[in-house]
Amino acid sequence: MTELSLRRSTNSPGRVRTVVKHASLILIALIMLYPVLWMVVSSLRPNNEIFRSPGLELDGLQVHNYTDGWTALSSPFGHYLLNSAIVVLGAIIGNLVSCSMAAYAFARLEFTGKRWWFAIMLGTIMLPIHVIIVPQYIMFSQVGWVNTFLPLIVPKMLATDAFFVFLMVQFIRGLPRELDEAARIDGAGHPRIFLRIILPLMLPALATTTIFTFIWTWNDFFSQLIYLTDPNMYTVPVALRSFVDSTVDSSWGSMFAMSVVSLVPIFLAFLIGQRYLVKGIATTGIK
Amino acid sequence: MSGLNTPRLRAPARPRRNRDDKSFRTPARSRRNRDNKAAALFLLPWFAGLVLITLGPIAASLALGFTDYNLIQPAKFSGLHNFSRMLSDERLHQALGVTFTYVLVSVPLQLGCALGLALLLDRGLRGLAFYRSAFYLPSLLGSSVAIAVLWRQIFGAEGMVNQVLDLVGVQGRGWISDPSTALSTLIVLNVWTFGAPMVIFLAGLRQIPVMYYEAASVDGATRWMQFRKITLPLLSPIVFFNLVLQIIHAFQSFTQAFVVSGGSGGPSDSTLFFTLYLYQRGFNNFDMGYASALAWLLLIIIAGFSGINFWAAKYWVFYHD
Repeated sequence: MTELSLRRSTNSPGRVRTVVKHASLILIALIMLYPVLWMVVSSLRPNNEIFRSPGLELDGLQVHNYTDGWTALSSPFGHYLLNSAIVVLGAIIGNLVSCSMAAYAFARLEFTGKRWWFAIMLGTIMLPIHVIIVPQYIMFSQVGWVNTFLPLIVPKMLATDAFFVFLMVQFIRGLPRELDEAARIDGAGHPRIFLRIILPLMLPALATTTIFTFIWTWNDFFSQLIYLTDPNMYTVPVALRSFVDSTVDSSWGSMFAMSVVSLVPIFLAFLIGQRYLVKGIATTGIK
Repeated sequence: MSGLNTPRLRAPARPRRNRDDKSFRTPARSRRNRDNKAAALFLLPWFAGLVLITLGPIAASLALGFTDYNLIQPAKFSGLHNFSRMLSDERLHQALGVTFTYVLVSVPLQLGCALGLALLLDRGLRGLAFYRSAFYLPSLLGSSVAIAVLWRQIFGAEGMVNQVLDLVGVQGRGWISDPSTALSTLIVLNVWTFGAPMVIFLAGLRQIPVMYYEAASVDGATRWMQFRKITLPLLSPIVFFNLVLQIIHAFQSFTQAFVVSGGSGGPSDSTLFFTLYLYQRGFNNFDMGYASALAWLLLIIIAGFSGINFWAAKYWVFYHD
């Protein structure tokens, strides 16, 4: 009886607090997501209504915003989606191969000057791309790579995204060394240990890398703006930006429509890869 | 194949295996030799990238900083001219002011939101996964051109924000076309992406043992005291990590200012981020020498800020082990 009343007496203010907490959290979540929801709804509205209605009500679907937007630029929007997909795919493959190789060396090999190299690698994580973009641009323009996807993909093949090297090093360090030793006793060299033992075990780290590379490359604007100036080579962000600059305010509907289209892949990547995203930032953030 | 058997036959004659005795293992030197060869192979792409894509261009950037170069004519040595130009370049001073304001206002606000929400989402809350996703999603979208397009509309003169204000009878203004508020809309955008540091805070909070709080509440500590005396000190390394990371990140902001201002940094240069100015100099005017010098200035500023951060960390970051 006393136990029951005790529990009740701590419970009811606790319950009020829980309700208030959930109510405020839901309110914050709504405020956070509202702009995006509003953009999705507005992309289905007639243009004049976008500037009249801050709500989410919808009478009739203006699907023509999507068809208009799709064909508003010199190429259909699908062309830019394809260009972005090529860049993203190249970046993902490049990062997976080159970063995992480098990470294996840093995590498992005892080579001369390892600590120095590792420190240099960590140092490059923080390096802003803006510091190297000018000479890089000069270099790539001299070899005729401007207006190709190579300046966006080749650096990834050379493990310049040191963040992922670090993430994978952390992951490999967590794998039991006995597995390598066992394989070595069986006569496996480093390439085979890497391919047969470490790579299959580091799938979660590879998944995290894939998803982050996908999202970051898909969103990347700065380097794509600099290297892709031929409209035929535009990727989604660059195309979208030229859409904004070339149109008058009357076509917000179709501009929103293409903005929504450009966010769909990010949203899907987020849904599929949430677990790895959260794990990825959490582990590298702490350890 | 008798070689395989010989060790076993000889086994009794060998000295007992001793953990400290390395002689029974592969000698360290030959291991290192073999590892050196393997490392050369495994690190080849990374090393090529380091030299060609990272360190080479940094060095080239420094050299170009002392030249006049427009991509067409060969680079001309100009001594310290680019650096003395910086002193009298009003737009550069404006860009520095805008960037510092942006970094110093938006990062603390963003981290404050991140920490506050992370505290609300602590352990065992029902619907935690949903809230975490809802708060995290904007940080993935925030750097996209699409969201910058949206921002341009919602903070426009007839944008969504003013429509809402209209409903409650407040007269809005063109937030983006007004130089006194344009930067604030970008600060709001950065605060909106507090989800990424929040997830890092959440992971940090998980690492604090529950028993500390239990012991404290047995001793009659209030929630505020628990926060001050347990949570904050134990979380301070994570706060520090987020602070360093987000400051570096904020210094590099480019996309939002570029799209919102149509590439100009306007109105009246009120959104002229440093990176945007660097872009205009280098890739609109092809003033590559000056742009390189600016790039080095940015590097020095970011390194300086990080240095100050690490120095100040001695006084407030608490490492318990």
